[in-house]
Amino acid sequence: MNRILLAAGLGLALLSASLRADVDGLDPQQEARYQGLIAELRCLVCQNQTIAESSAPLAVDLRNQVKTQILAGRSQAEIVGYLTERYGDFVLYRPPFKASTALLWLGPFLLLLGGLVWALRYVRGSRRPAPVAQRPVDPEAVQRLLAETQAQLAAQDAAPRKP
Amino acid sequence: MRFLIPIAVLVALIALFAVGLSRDPREVPSPLIGKPAPAFALPGLGGTPAAASPADWRGRTVLVNYFASWCAGCRVEHPLLMQLAQQQGVEIVGMAYKDAEADTRQWLERHGNPYRSVIVDAAGGAGLDWGVYGVPETFVVGPDGRILHKQIGPMTVEAWEQKIRPLLGGMAR
Amino acid sequence: MTPELGHFALILALVAALAQTLVPAWGLWRGNARAQAVAGSAAQAQFFLVAVSFAALTWAFVQKDFSVVYVADNSHSKLPLVYRISAVWGAHEGSLLLWGLMLTGWTLAVSLFNRRLPAELSATAMAVLGAVSSGFLLFMLLTSNPFERQFPVPLEGRDLNPLLQDPGLIIHPPMLYMGYVGFSVAFAYAIAALITGKLDAAWVRWTRPWTTAAWAFLSMGITLGSWWAYNELGWGGWWFWDPVENASFMPWLAGTALIHSLAVTEKRGLLKSWTVLLAILAFALSLLGTFLVRSGVLVSVHAFASDPARGVFILGFLTVVIGSALVLYAWRAPKLASEGELRLFSREGLLLLNNVFLVTACFGVLLGTLYPLVVDALGLGKISVGPPYFNSIFFPLIAPLFVLVAVGAVTPWKRGEFGPALRRLRAPALAALAAAVVLPSLALWLAPVTASFASKLTVAVATWLALFTLGSAGLEVWQRLVSRRRQGVALGPALRGIPLGSWGMTLAHLGLGFWMLGVAYVTGYGVERDVRLAPGARAELAGYQFIFDGVRESEGPNFTADSAGVRIERAGQPVAALAPEKRFYPSQGSVMTESGVDARLHRDLYVALGEPLDPQNPAGDWSLRLYYKPMIRFVWLGGVLMFLGGLLALSDRRYRLAARASEPLTANATRAV
Repeated sequence: MNRILLAAGLGLALLSASLRADVDGLDPQQEARYQGLIAELRCLVCQNQTIAESSAPLAVDLRNQVKTQILAGRSQAEIVGYLTERYGDFVLYRPPFKASTALLWLGPFLLLLGGLVWALRYVRGSRRPAPVAQRPVDPEAVQRLLAETQAQLAAQDAAPRKP
Repeated sequence: MRFLIPIAVLVALIALFAVGLSRDPREVPSPLIGKPAPAFALPGLGGTPAAASPADWRGRTVLVNYFASWCAGCRVEHPLLMQLAQQQGVEIVGMAYKDAEADTRQWLERHGNPYRSVIVDAAGGAGLDWGVYGVPETFVVGPDGRILHKQIGPMTVEAWEQKIRPLLGGMAR
Repeated sequence: MTPELGHFALILALVAALAQTLVPAWGLWRGNARAQAVAGSAAQAQFFLVAVSFAALTWAFVQKDFSVVYVADNSHSKLPLVYRISAVWGAHEGSLLLWGLMLTGWTLAVSLFNRRLPAELSATAMAVLGAVSSGFLLFMLLTSNPFERQFPVPLEGRDLNPLLQDPGLIIHPPMLYMGYVGFSVAFAYAIAALITGKLDAAWVRWTRPWTTAAWAFLSMGITLGSWWAYNELGWGGWWFWDPVENASFMPWLAGTALIHSLAVTEKRGLLKSWTVLLAILAFALSLLGTFLVRSGVLVSVHAFASDPARGVFILGFLTVVIGSALVLYAWRAPKLASEGELRLFSREGLLLLNNVFLVTACFGVLLGTLYPLVVDALGLGKISVGPPYFNSIFFPLIAPLFVLVAVGAVTPWKRGEFGPALRRLRAPALAALAAAVVLPSLALWLAPVTASFASKLTVAVATWLALFTLGSAGLEVWQRLVSRRRQGVALGPALRGIPLGSWGMTLAHLGLGFWMLGVAYVTGYGVERDVRLAPGARAELAGYQFIFDGVRESEGPNFTADSAGVRIERAGQPVAALAPEKRFYPSQGSVMTESGVDARLHRDLYVALGEPLDPQNPAGDWSLRLYYKPMIRFVWLGGVLMFLGGLLALSDRRYRLAARASEPLTANATRAV
């Protein structure tokens, strides 16, 4: 009984293994590399798709090419090199870091730095007391105000307090 | 001063878009320009053995035209290619890209054959090496076997007059 | 006749829009109050006229009037009615008309509610809205007239692009445009503040709900777009960082920053010129998106058919509108003085940091979207900037936001203190830490998938960030309730005592947390597999068995389909039966993938039907693509919660009070100039 079950299980396993179309013959690690690579390569004839997403003939060719090269044991850099030799950097959705893309990769982080510096300076600036308008002081006006205030205070003192 | 930064950014962006509007975002320049044409060994149309290779055209400037019977753009450029070959004596090599031989032959019989020789790239392997991503594409290969220029999409009179003819020098009559 | 009526109404609408701009402008210049008041009537007339025009186009679609070029290009006699109606905005011309309808609708709403605002401010804002509308109407009439006729009349239409024949596409564009266009109100009031030199508490209280409404609609529009792409494009992706998506995401990021800076300006009277700049920026990015989508400068999966003439017009329009706004800004903004101290460790200080991160993220998206154009324009060749770039710069830039949200929830205005904040956050932080250990392992135990160490780590960090945010947002509400209960308030009144604005904020922040959870799990632990199956055969993915029952032909109203049967089992128990389809639309000769999805809250199983291995033998092997998408529903749940949060916040009582009696100045309010 057990043996039949085992055989059936094995049969199933074989069946499902043989059904893997695109990734035939790739071990799990190679399959992961394959999936990772084709998800970062651009299909040139499509509107804006990776070769993993597209069903255009060129995308199929490129997928096969990637698979063949992975099976041949070529490294990621070699495969990417193979493609850029033919199609240029356009084929890479992850643009390589070079002089012409330095701003692309560093720009956001430079701006973040700039933004943080700006924010800190804003905070510092706000702590400075707001500049009070400097006006020439009129000594007579001051005297007058002082006299008025004293008179008011005196009047309050003189008034009868409520209990 | 810092209140002027936004307007400066806007001016830069608008300049960028003004340039961008005149470009075709879909055209991908070939990195192979100035490099030797990739080698291949493929049969010619009509069952010649796997003998044709870029070495065959050493010493001459030729147009290498990737085409297929299933390709609509190829029909568009075809009359111009015929004219170039017949009236101007330009040597054009046809690369039958991912096409059944019988279909290619029928297509050439029906529309005329502008090619000095036709090479069968049935699996598209040569096309891949040459960076072809959609037929028709036409390469200009110099006498030293280097690729001088690539025309993407159907050949046009403007492209011929402005870009390609000067490369052919005295050759084209 | 109806199309001519629509066209004529559009021309009259342009006249009304011009009147809405020029008459109040003259009135402001001459100090004539009656001329200023014309703006309201002009806005109402304009809305009516554009609505007539829109109805006329809809009628042409309903009646299958193929003598109208736009109808013939985007409809078909067999197209179901609901799609004939949504086809009105299915392509460039009609979607512009929808844009126009939304813009005049928002303007109408402003004209109805703005009675209590200072007349000068309102007249200026209405004039600005009229100018924006004039530009769009002119654009439509000059380059994109949806009512153009053709002769001879074709017998049959060319049909709506099958990609757009999906329920998601019926409501996605209206929502999205509500958002885009809604930012024009904040923009108009920002310009009015610059011109009149008045940016006081009444201004902020007036602008806030409009901005929140626009932001809420934009959130929902983006969410629906993502849901549509997931179902309809057949790649199982929910966000592609495509230029068209970025075009809607950038105004959303700027709008999110604006909502938060408006809060600071309202509570503390700070960041005034920055708020005004963000209001300009959010609308500028909406216009920029329109330009990118409709001009053809960038390649995209779902851009409109492009036309350089349209590109030139929008670019010119953008230059005039945003250029004059920014010149005005450079001239007047220095006078919008903000007074008062801003401490870094306070609610407003954290909101300032929030703005820095949001605007930087927005800039990163802009840079990535435009960089291929820059490189090309400089003659440095062609490059592509895609998801790997955006993912690697965007997530580091927004991760700190989650911590800011959590800390902000327990930090008071004006002056916060580290000690108490840390003490209050200790519980949610530790709980989130525990969850960050347990949840990812639980997910892997439930559905065994192979994931690299890097993605495991990312999932754990993201889980912590998400739950920390969720926990602290919940904690804030909880503590408010507890303190009210201690004062002896019953639960009902205590719940009602929390203002709707706070509920809205909490809901939106919960949405953010859920969104992050969804993104983390679907990206880190989602798996897919291409398989080739014979009828009766099965394949395994993430612990689920997919059994292929073969393909049969079926027929829809305007398509024929190969419909596959796929049963899914788990440990011998049936889970679902799916019917992914490959549809052929003869009118356009195009093939569409209609994926089969079994959706649960914690995961989706998604099957897309590929091709028969041998085209002559559809009874043989087929290729299929299987996906396991853990927690993808949380991504959209997050978007929906943000939408609901926005709606709650804008119905807060204090805005209605502000509209009723605009007490002009608070202690913090200042008059510039």
